Order: sequence, then C-alpha cells, then structure tokens
Amino acid sequence: MNLPYIPHTEEDKKRMLEEIGVKSIEELITVPEEIRLRSDLNLPSGISEMELRKELRKLSRQNISMEDYVSFLGGGIYDHFIPAVVEHIASRSEFYTPYTPYQPEVSQGTLQAIFEYQTLICNLFRMDVSNASMYDGATSLAEAALMACRIRKGDKFLVAKTLHPEYYKVLLTYLKPSGIKILQIPYSEEGISDLNFLKDKMDDKVIGVIIQNPNFFGCIEKTEDIEKIAHKYGSLYIVSCDPLSLGTLSPPGEYNADIAVAEGQSLGNPPYLGGGCFGIFTSRKEFLRQMPGRIVGEAQDKEGKRGFVLILQTREQHIKRERATSNICTNQALNALKACVYLCSMGEEGLKKIAMLCMKNSHYLKEKIENLPGYLSPFSAPFFKEFVIKTSTSPEKINQKLLEAKIFGGLDLGRFYPELKNHLLFCVTEKRTKEEMDRLVSILGDIKDER
Amino acid sequence: MNDEKLIFEKSKKGRKAVSLSGVDVERKDIEKFIPSSSLRKTPLGLPEVTEPDLVRHFVRLSQKNMCVDTNFYPLGSCTMKYNPKVNETLASLPEFCNLHPYQPTSTFQGILHILYETGKMLEEISGMDKVSLQPAAGAHGELTSMLMIRAFFEDKKEKRDKILIPDSAHGTNPASSSLAGFKVIKINSNQEGEVDLNHLYKNVDDEVACIMLTVPNTLGLFERNIPDISRIIHSKGGLVYLDGANLNALVGITRPGDFGVDIMHFNLHKTFSTPHGGGGPGSGPVGVKEKLIPYLPVPTIEKNESGYYLDYQRPKSIGKVRSFYGNIEVVVKAFCYLKILGKDGLKEVSKNAILAANYIRKKLENHYPSPYKGICMHECVLSAKNKREEKGVRALDIAKRLIDFNIHPPTIYFPLIVEEALMIEPTETESKETLDAFIDALLQIAKEIEENPSSLKEAPHFTPVSRIDEIKANRFPRVKWEKKM
Repeated sequence: MNLPYIPHTEEDKKRMLEEIGVKSIEELITVPEEIRLRSDLNLPSGISEMELRKELRKLSRQNISMEDYVSFLGGGIYDHFIPAVVEHIASRSEFYTPYTPYQPEVSQGTLQAIFEYQTLICNLFRMDVSNASMYDGATSLAEAALMACRIRKGDKFLVAKTLHPEYYKVLLTYLKPSGIKILQIPYSEEGISDLNFLKDKMDDKVIGVIIQNPNFFGCIEKTEDIEKIAHKYGSLYIVSCDPLSLGTLSPPGEYNADIAVAEGQSLGNPPYLGGGCFGIFTSRKEFLRQMPGRIVGEAQDKEGKRGFVLILQTREQHIKRERATSNICTNQALNALKACVYLCSMGEEGLKKIAMLCMKNSHYLKEKIENLPGYLSPFSAPFFKEFVIKTSTSPEKINQKLLEAKIFGGLDLGRFYPELKNHLLFCVTEKRTKEEMDRLVSILGDIKDER
Repeated sequence: MNDEKLIFEKSKKGRKAVSLSGVDVERKDIEKFIPSSSLRKTPLGLPEVTEPDLVRHFVRLSQKNMCVDTNFYPLGSCTMKYNPKVNETLASLPEFCNLHPYQPTSTFQGILHILYETGKMLEEISGMDKVSLQPAAGAHGELTSMLMIRAFFEDKKEKRDKILIPDSAHGTNPASSSLAGFKVIKINSNQEGEVDLNHLYKNVDDEVACIMLTVPNTLGLFERNIPDISRIIHSKGGLVYLDGANLNALVGITRPGDFGVDIMHFNLHKTFSTPHGGGGPGSGPVGVKEKLIPYLPVPTIEKNESGYYLDYQRPKSIGKVRSFYGNIEVVVKAFCYLKILGKDGLKEVSKNAILAANYIRKKLENHYPSPYKGICMHECVLSAKNKREEKGVRALDIAKRLIDFNIHPPTIYFPLIVEEALMIEPTETESKETLDAFIDALLQIAKEIEENPSSLKEAPHFTPVSRIDEIKANRFPRVKWEKKM
C-alpha cells in the first residue's frame, strides 16, 4: 500500500491506541453501523510518483498550449509575458503553504505582501481602497452589484451589453434571489454603449450603471460621459476593466468610478484554461465598511513597531454570519501575490511599455487584416489590444484553417452574440511578433482566395 | 527579525527589474488612435526596484510566515495537512498552464480527462451522482448549492424559504444561505454537542428548503442521528445539505450519499491536500444526487465517443457561478493526490486523522476540559474556560504562547458554543513525535498558567512583531501606503 504522507509506524499506532485506551482505530469510529461503508471504494489502487509523472506527462501532451501554437485569443484571459521571478517567489513554501493570516505575529510576510498588493492596485486604478482579492473578475463584478444594493435603494441595474457575456451570466445568477432587474444597454455602431439609450432609461431607481472598459469588443467606452449620466441620478458607477490596459488608458478613479473591479489574471498569472484567475475589487473609501472579502490594514504592535493585520473582520461571515457583507472566506491570495510581484517587477516604466506594445501590435494587425478583401472592421471606436473583424467566410472554417497552421485564431463572437455571426474577436499581446502576425494575415488572405 | 521596509520605500526612479523586447512593428503616434481623454493622466504609482532587490524583499517577507512546510499547524476545521510536492511540479507543466479557455475543446482533451476523472472519483468517495468542479472555494460551493436548491423548489412550484442551520455551523453556512435569499433558522445543539432533535422537530415544516449540516460537526463529533435527521427532513419534502469541510474524517468510512445527503460541497484544499496559499486559491466542488443534476451550473464536462466536451445545453441550470470552468490548477493537484493514494491510501487518511485527534484529546482533555467529552473524529475541541475563570488566562493567550514553542496556534473561539474554545485538527500527516511536542507544549503552558499566569500576556516573544493593537487598526483603517508629505 502506498502511504507516502502518513508517518505512523505500527509501533507508534500501538502506543497511541494504548494511551487513548482502545484496542483499535475501529473503536474510535463513532459512525453508526447502518451507514458504515463496509466495502472498498470503487477506485483504482494508488500509484507511485514515477507512475504518476508518466501519466500526467502523457495527459499534458494531449493538450496543445499557447506555447505550442500562436494564440490570438482574448476575451478575458490573456497570454501575457510573466517574468521568472513571479513563479519563484510564489512557489516558496512560506507563501503557498500557510492558511489565511489570522495570527498576525506569524503571518507578517503574507500580511505585508497583501498590504503592498492593495497599495499597488489602488495606485494603478486610482481608487481609494482595495480588498485582498475575490475568486475572479466575474464574481468580483457580481459582488460589486450586491454591494451597490447595500449602499443605494433602487430596483434595477443598467448593464452594458458590451460587458463580458460570462460576467453578465454570473451577475444574473447572483442577483436572481434579490429580484433586482437588469436592463441591458445596447451597443452603437461604434461598438460602444449607446449613450442615448442610457440617458433615456436612467431614473432615480437605478442602483448602478455597470460597464466594462475596454469592453468585450476591445473598444474604449466613453467613460466620462457615462459617469455624468450615472451620477446625475445618484446611481453608482461600476466599472470592470483590464488592469494591464491601465498602463496607458485612463484608470477608473480618473473618471470617478464608485466601484472598480477586474480579472487579475493578466498580471503575472498563467491562463490555466481560465482556472488561475483572481478578482480585483476596489472602491471609494466611504464604502470601505460595505466591501466584501478580507482587507489588511497597517497597525502597530505593543512596542509601537509597524505591523499588518486583517481589519474590519466584523463585516465578514465568521463574525457576522447571515448578516455578513458577503459569504466569501477562502479567496485567491496566492494569485494576488503573483500580481503583486509582477507589478513590482514591471515597475512604472515596464507596465507602460507592455501596454504600449499591446496597442501598437494590435493596431498593426487590425490594419493588415481589414485591408484584406473579405474582412471588415465593423466598429469604429478606439480600441486597446482586442478588435472585431467581420468575415465573409465562416469563423469555424477560418479557425480550422488557422489551427492547421498552428494558430489559435480569433474568438467566434456568434457564440455569445447571435447578431454577430461571422464576427471574430482578435487579441494581440506584447508576446506576438510581427512575423507571427504577418503569418496570420497571409493565411487569412489565402482563405479568401480559396472561395 | 528586522523590520522589512515596504517595497515602495525602496523604490528609486530609473531602476528596473525586467527586460522587455522592443517594438518590431512601427506604428507612430499611438495618441492618434486613442483620444487623449481616454489616456492616463496620472502616474501608475508602481515601485522601481532591481530584480535582486525585489527577490530579497519577498524572500525576507516569506521568512516572517509560519507555514505547513516549517511548522505544525493544527488549525481546526482547516485540515492543514502536508501538500505533496509532486502535485505542485505536475500542475505547473506548460501544457496545463498555457491553455486558453476558448481554445477548441479538441486541443485540451488531456486536462478535460483530469477534470472528468476527478469528478468521478469524488462521486465515488461521496456517494453522490454528479459533481461540478466550478466553485472556487467552500463558501462558493455553498452558495452554488443554495441557488440550486432554490431553483429545484421553484421548478416544483413549492415555496420554501427557510434553511435550518445548527448553532455549531461555520459562519459561511448562514452567510451563503442569506446571499441566496433564504431565511436562516438556528437549531440548537444538545448536551452531547449534536443536533437537538426536539428543537429540530419543532422547526421542520413544509417551508424548510434544507438543513445544512457539517459532518462531523465543528466539535469533531459525528452526528449519530444523521439517518433520523435525514428521514425527518425528507418526510417534509426538504433536502439535506452537507458542508464537506470535515470530510477528512469520513473518506472510505462512510459516504454522505449513503446517509441521506442530497447535495454537498468538497474542499479540495482541505481533504485533498492542495495548499491553502495564504488564503487561497481553493476549490469547492459540488456533488448532487440525481434529482438535482439538472440544476448544476454550466458547463458540465461530458464524454462521448469523440472525446470530452463542455455541455452548455442545460435548460434548468442555475446558469454560471463564475467565469470559465473552475480553479483548474487546484483540481489538477487534487487529481494527483487521489491517484497517488488510491482506494487503500484514502481509507488510511481518515483513520489516521481520527487516531491523531483522539491521542491529543486524551492527553489534554483533563487539563483543558470541554463541556463535550468523549471520542472525537478528526479534530477535538478543548476549552480554556477554567483557565480564564481561575487565572484570567484566555484561549488567545494560550494560542500566542504556543507560537513560542514553534507551533502554529489552533483555531480559537470557534465553535461559538464552546467558551474559550481551542479547536485542534492535527491531520494524518503529522508524526507521533510532533503530536507529543504539541502535547508537551500545552502541558507546559498549563503549568505556567498555574504558576505565573500574567507571563502569558507577554507572548509571543520571538516573532517579527508582538501583539498588534487591533482596536486602533480598526478604528483608523490604513489600507494602503501613502508617501509622507
């Protein structure tokens, strides 16, 4: 039998049982006989580490990753460069094997790193306060809406149709029990939220206006105009954004957002099939006590020395129970630590440069594609690192051709927007080279020729 | 240990920790494409440091942490077992890390196999019929489940808005219930620390959607009446939910699906050895019986003759509870753990966890007597009530003094129904020598309390900081660093 992680020898067990005063472990099991499992679990027997490595290596080879193929996929998860130092720090036992820092004297490392993370995020977003992370961008946004309901009375949210469709679905799930309505703001021909519609539908029952910037199509929303409309009625202005874009684009605090959230993956976390996410959550300081999740504060110890500690725990479920601001307990601390190390590694100039590279690359590629016959750019709004292309050939056929050439093509928008059949969303990060983009363009051109 | 400055206090303009490639496409005047009103007007506020400085900073910070890899960490209800290293190594293979969620499913069949098989193994361990791996944490699994229960009854056109929760439950249970729009009814514990059946009878009616039970409960006791509790709830048309936080006591011994549980969550970061990461990520899969399968969040992972696929065609589903498919990295680690242990190893896990908890209980229960006595399962709850009453020493003081013995404190002041609670979960991965050192430390502390109780108020003595003034930190919250003017 394979028990690499259980240390007791037969002698140890005997001694322990003697001390307890029983003859066997069986005597310690207080489960009623009628519900005891008396047969073996129907699972395979254990295997050795060598066998496991072999099996996982085999399974890993049944995947094709973005290291094997060139990827132009975006839509919320991005293939950005991660400096080696990030993984080295995050794989230190002292960071990845402790629990939540409830005992500050023996958790100053985690606490100070979270405090630094909160500062970095506040600075980057130009917001007053940040928590220590949520599960992902989508649940961060849903919790922002729930927080808005605690702050302001009303009966509905106005939500941009250009919000990530999966975030929209999660928002629906989270808001359903409350009975609060959601009205979608359509997009204009420019590919951004229709401000006339928004103005039309605003009233003082609107709890919040929710937008994404850059939006799901990569377009830059008219964030300042939306702010004026939302605040005119006293509604909360809630923004979901791409943190990396803030290296060059105006951050939510500059356009007066009340709550700003984001998916943090692009800051130093591998894409991991969308399974290495974390949610960024920031707000104005007057809402601090309404925030969900953990928050670290600066403090002093008995000797007056600076230290850090979890604060405002009276908001949280382990104290407030059914009246807590959220049910969240476990968050995504280690992913947030990676973002912290990433941002420190990039520094002021590095992040600006990355954002600029994304913009330059994406603008290069868009121009090349839209100059090909059969490919059109449907939206005219300025964009960051993603853009939409309308195709005359079906997206499945295009992406199949690209796959054969070892390229993951754009995201088929018809999957989320029935009216955008034959539209592809391309994403270009700083990792894409001119050669890779030119290869994509050349294949796209050939597909056209084949028709 | 020296004070470690904040990274911002080490920043010096012009320093760099990263080398980036230049632009190879020429595209001048980006401002031409982006209106200036959309461009950033203020500095980013990121520090400028070199890579060696950066590394030294974070390594020094890390050294201020206690963790499972350095210390015994008997935190009750958290299952701080050893995190096997092979799991970390294999979960970081590039063909797992660098997958995009919108790639064609034909290009990630390997990882879908892992997800599918992990679900199957959890189904077998729990006796449930289908598992969703999507929830990101235990509390997220609870919320997902409560939303499913809501959808189930709405579908049946039954109006049920009450949830019964024992007073010993984790705080997430009532918080998740109210987030899902339910009213929480608290059920008392009896003198043995189990659900008070009379109080339960009084509160079960046809407005009860479900009872949320933690088994074993937070006192570390198996709810011996659970078959009866299930029958009572089911007879009124309600459902039984199991909070799987304490599943480390049950693997291979009994299966929730066999004692009446209809829906439950697992904590892969507890029972299945994935690291806690200083607070996360975790993973809180949900398992359900047949009748609740239609309500699972989308997508589910299915298999047909051409391979694995993601199924979104589920009209009764509660929808999406997060973006994409789950905390995949955590699931890969749990898969590795399940494969290494296999059916026999898994059974030994729970038995040895129970052995260790009872050994500690037996050696310490006369010194730190709890109102709930007797054999426990994978964790034991002791109390410092007598120490407080006789010597003015609280559970908090004992916890802090344990740090001086290089031991991470147990959970304190929980469960709420035990005054001055010390909740100890040793797990199966700690040797007898480690358990003995812990027992000796607590016996030594008991002696100190007799002889010099006030000395405990000074503990801990050798940590980077001493006790923190939390009152002030909460009254005047400073949640970010700001440059002194």
